[in-house]
Amino acid sequence: MSLDKLDHRNEKGWALKAYTWVVIAWLSLPILVMILFGFNNTTGRFNFVWQGWTLQWYRDLFAIPDLTTALENSITIAVIVTIVSAVLGTMIGYAMGKYRFRGRAMLDLMLFANVAAPEIAMGTGLLSLFLTLGISRGYWTVVIAHIMFDIVYVAITVRARMSAYDRSLEEAANDLGASSFTTFRLVTLPILMPGVVAGALLAFALSIDDFIITEFNAGTMQTFPLWVYGSSRVGTPPQVNVMGTLVFAFGVVLVIANTLWLRRSRKRQAVRAA
Amino acid sequence: MRKKLAPYWLILPGGLWLVVFFVVPMIAMVNVSLQTGSLETGFQQTFAWHNYVDMITNYHTQLVRSLVYGLATTVITIGLAYPMAYWIAFKGGRHKSSYLFLILLPFFVTFVIRTISWQFLLADNGIVLGNLKDWGLLPESFHVLATPYAVVGGLVYNFLPFMVLPIYVALERIDRTLLEAAHDLFASRREAFTKVVLPLSLPGVFAGVILTFVPAAADYVNAQILGGTGQVMIGNIIETLYLTNSDYPDASALSSILLAALLLGIFVYAKALGTRDVLDASAG
Amino acid sequence: MNDQLPDPALLRGLTQARLGRRDALRLFGAAGGAALVAGCGGIAAQGKKTDTSKSAVKQYWSKQKETGQLVWANWPLYLDTKGKSDHPSLDQFQQQTGIQVKYLEVVQDNGPFFAKVQPTLSQGQYCGFDLAVISSGIYFNKFRDLGFIVPLDQDRLTNFRKYGAQKFQNEPFDPGNVYSIPWQAGFTGIGYNPEKTGKQIKSWQDLNDPKLAGHIGLFANNEDLPNCALLAIGVDPLKSTESDWRKAADWLNKMKPLVRNFYSQNYINALATGDLWVSMAWSGDIFQQNLSGKAIGQKLEFVIPEEGGLLWTDNFLILKGTKNAVSAMKLMDYYYQPKVAAEVTEWVNYISPVPDAQQVVEQHAAAATGGDKKYLDAVAHSYATFPKSSVYDQTTIGFTPKAGSQLDKWNSIFEPVYQS
Repeated sequence: MSLDKLDHRNEKGWALKAYTWVVIAWLSLPILVMILFGFNNTTGRFNFVWQGWTLQWYRDLFAIPDLTTALENSITIAVIVTIVSAVLGTMIGYAMGKYRFRGRAMLDLMLFANVAAPEIAMGTGLLSLFLTLGISRGYWTVVIAHIMFDIVYVAITVRARMSAYDRSLEEAANDLGASSFTTFRLVTLPILMPGVVAGALLAFALSIDDFIITEFNAGTMQTFPLWVYGSSRVGTPPQVNVMGTLVFAFGVVLVIANTLWLRRSRKRQAVRAA
Repeated sequence: MRKKLAPYWLILPGGLWLVVFFVVPMIAMVNVSLQTGSLETGFQQTFAWHNYVDMITNYHTQLVRSLVYGLATTVITIGLAYPMAYWIAFKGGRHKSSYLFLILLPFFVTFVIRTISWQFLLADNGIVLGNLKDWGLLPESFHVLATPYAVVGGLVYNFLPFMVLPIYVALERIDRTLLEAAHDLFASRREAFTKVVLPLSLPGVFAGVILTFVPAAADYVNAQILGGTGQVMIGNIIETLYLTNSDYPDASALSSILLAALLLGIFVYAKALGTRDVLDASAG
Repeated sequence: MNDQLPDPALLRGLTQARLGRRDALRLFGAAGGAALVAGCGGIAAQGKKTDTSKSAVKQYWSKQKETGQLVWANWPLYLDTKGKSDHPSLDQFQQQTGIQVKYLEVVQDNGPFFAKVQPTLSQGQYCGFDLAVISSGIYFNKFRDLGFIVPLDQDRLTNFRKYGAQKFQNEPFDPGNVYSIPWQAGFTGIGYNPEKTGKQIKSWQDLNDPKLAGHIGLFANNEDLPNCALLAIGVDPLKSTESDWRKAADWLNKMKPLVRNFYSQNYINALATGDLWVSMAWSGDIFQQNLSGKAIGQKLEFVIPEEGGLLWTDNFLILKGTKNAVSAMKLMDYYYQPKVAAEVTEWVNYISPVPDAQQVVEQHAAAATGGDKKYLDAVAHSYATFPKSSVYDQTTIGFTPKAGSQLDKWNSIFEPVYQS
């Protein structure tokens, strides 16, 4: 339902359009800088003066062992966290979308509080807990922390997807004699899948990118954002630009792939319905 | 009977994780905030409420500064985000998702790298300022980094999508027939906007405010990378107290104070806006 | 409808109706219960002093074996470097001994490094570093008092005993070299870019200049900063009292609006890029930056201020939990050979603990030609590398508050200056 025929503002519409593009350009500026200076043929300690093109940093991507380890840590942590929080979060999202139960509102408040709370409070709270219990901070405390906030994002995404979900399908399956588990596996899960995948992608991105909660709970272990933050005080090597570029490209590819997959599966559903 | 317990089994693992690692830590933090001691002697519980008084006395400047920066960030992002969200929601047409994608695209890069890129762009003698100074358009001693403008600028940059998206979602949901009706009733363009669109978009603005004000006020990375001595925020102090000074009680007290201040801010804001109307209108 | 992008769904979820009062009360009640369970327990002490009796030390070292590995944490710009990351003296060591050394420039300042390794060392675990270089002062004391460092094997210090300067043997902060031997020593003074400041900077008070506003750097630590401030107001740090400390802090606070930032090691980057025009600085850093700054026509100056500068010693420490203690001792002693010490000094431009190294540098200068010769001659006779006693007279070792209430008082006065 377009407003164009009702909107006398058509002539002025271009101003807002231009504005939007200006903002998009401004948003993209640091990214372009990052990508560009991954190709800088810098000789000094610092990467701030353009000195010509080179692919050296792409070749020597893993020349800094600590940085490579930090990137590895970030990726492996994100994978573990995504899997665990996708399972636990989907369970919560599904339950909240389907059932009405005592304590539902309380759980809801907890989820909301988690999203609204500042990361620093969650990070320092966890640190206080680990200090009190004498638990040393490192890889696994970071995994624990990331799962904590990622469960929430998966749960909320899945629950929102549930609102578009037709419960009569499950009832039909039950009437046809399917057990609850089979129903869940063959009827519910496929329909929920886009929500679960979306939540999982979000969880992965949030985990890889997380800085504040991680800084307080990583001890001596370094993740990619932590390493980059440390390097910002002494000079960020071009390898960071290259890694940032690659992670960026990977993320873009993932989202595009996800979108295409969704479009195709919806087309397939439409075809089947016809 | 088993069916009735189904939801409880489902929420148990995740819910338990959240209680243990989200709720309990807050209590542990208050617990630590009342202790006294040092690394060498260990910390003992002494119900040291004076820690809270000390922290407010020593750091009220940074606390107020953080709230002000958070507020500034929120207001500026609303100003920047609303027109953009409006245009995409109403005029985006088939390309709506593409625009949103483009807005979100930069955020596939780690936020520390994005902020460092700004540090690079705004350097005293870098690409932008260096050239302007060479052409005599700016005095030699001019600098953007280590000023509040750089820090708030960085905050606005990093939190813009958190404001654009909720506003966009709320605007997108507005039933177009309502606007048709307004026009049928001879409402001017401006009236249609202020009386129909704006009020219905408020839930989005509210969500955006919460997603922007709280993390912006509590942020310390932008201040660390883009700021200087006069831009130290409460988050920086908390970071220093915990991780450099190992002064856990004071650090926990300060973190609790910040959390309380932000919760109070949200509560006041929600009351002022009349939460029930705002939230009910956007249910589901 | 909008399920292509996760966020709109997420945000719909965020704006849903919430709960009522009773549920909120129930939540707080549960949380309160958890509080009782968590108990009012405190946090345990994070370390305790090591037994340094001869027998204990002998016992420790009898169990140590050569492992062929070593991880060495050092400050940036503190080892001879060729190209981007080649360290000739270290390469030689690795070739001669077959020990693989991982060299990490991770010490930005004593405080941050201490904070970095403290959590793991407190747990009695290996912190990832075997050998570290830490200044004498507050943090050396912390490392010692918390039992984070290993007493040295006195039998493996032959080069040190033979070639180390008398001055550096048996220093007051570590009598008998129980825990440490010096790596290099240096001065804290002022580094500045004459082109940008437009004039000479000669004293600490010269920093307090509105014309330099926004381009002044100071150190973010409780060692250099307070001592230099005391010097600036004309007080001898070693004789200072609490009221002197407060006056010094006041001087700093009044100057703060002009200060761009408080830095650790990264002040040198800011000086190099021109963000800073003048800064508290460590002597060798300035000389080294000039080596790389030559390419862009930049020359920084280092000066020991009129009111006085600081003299400090950076020391080798072996960290607890290491399995590579023997390799660490070998490396420490290796650097006391005059030839090796000379190689290092020629590059880092700090005070060498090996007096005989000066002769070696002079020999190198005699054998060199042109620009190299000039440079090596300068290094051999620089006040920053082989200072005469007159230079030492312009500096003080600064005051180190005793751990406990004195340090707490010192910190409470000075930390707010550079931390807020």
